[in-house]
Amino acid sequence: MTTIEISCVEVWREISNYLDEELSPDLRDRMEAHFSACAHCTAVLDGTRNAVALLGDGRLFQMPEGFSKRLYKKIQGLP
Amino acid sequence: MSIPRPLLQTNEAQLIKRICDGEREAFYELLHPYERMIYAIAISIVKNPADAEEVAQEAVLKAFSNLVSFRGDAKFSTWLAQITYNEAKMKLRKARPHLYESIDAQQQNEDGDYSPTDFADWRPIPSELLEVCEIRETLLNAINLLSSTYREVLVLRDVQLLSIKETTTILGISEAAVKTRLHRARLLLRDSLAPGFDGFWIKGQTYRKVRPW
Repeated sequence: MTTIEISCVEVWREISNYLDEELSPDLRDRMEAHFSACAHCTAVLDGTRNAVALLGDGRLFQMPEGFSKRLYKKIQGLP
Repeated sequence: MSIPRPLLQTNEAQLIKRICDGEREAFYELLHPYERMIYAIAISIVKNPADAEEVAQEAVLKAFSNLVSFRGDAKFSTWLAQITYNEAKMKLRKARPHLYESIDAQQQNEDGDYSPTDFADWRPIPSELLEVCEIRETLLNAINLLSSTYREVLVLRDVQLLSIKETTTILGISEAAVKTRLHRARLLLRDSLAPGFDGFWIKGQTYRKVRPW
């Protein structure tokens, strides 16, 4: 079976849904066929995936020193 | 290893019951896994650590005093995230009403097609490098440069790893809006990390892979 081609613009539109596995199997296959032939879109995909991975790392947002302690002190002060 | 969700929810339900029965100390235990989430949501909206801490404290106090009304329809984490989000928005409104309105009134061009600003194929930045202050700062600055509508969705979905459904509940927007905003936010973030990050990206020329990792 041949996969119907998909344009770069259509690929960019769906990159986020592709990463979240929110696409129909048909569209996913067409995206993958496009990635295997298009270095530009693969670069956009890889870069986006890298950015998402960095965001999900617990080390990104670091709480200020003493944050927990002050939070619990606040709770202790409740009437 | 993280605790399986059904077990976590059972534990939370038991903790909530104990707290409502007067055992206040159990509130620390209930809250502990979500401290970072509270802080991340708060700072992504108010943008400075001192205000974020104040928002976190107000949100926690509100959660404590309203715990008895928590029915368990949503997960405790979603409920807590929603309280934090609302407190942060309120803080922003109080502190900068004019700015808030202007940001809110901005028409986001969410429907237009997105074109990447470049096609640099860079070697992935390993997450270990988040230990390096400069790289963390670069990423945080890139997030802060996003408009608030994009930043909020990005923080809930990609930083806190909440589901699309949870994100719609917290923000009060449709699933389609979550997906569109997330999409735009991710691609904008990728763009801001790509060019010039290590000083060797020259517009119109091939990107030189010269990163030290």
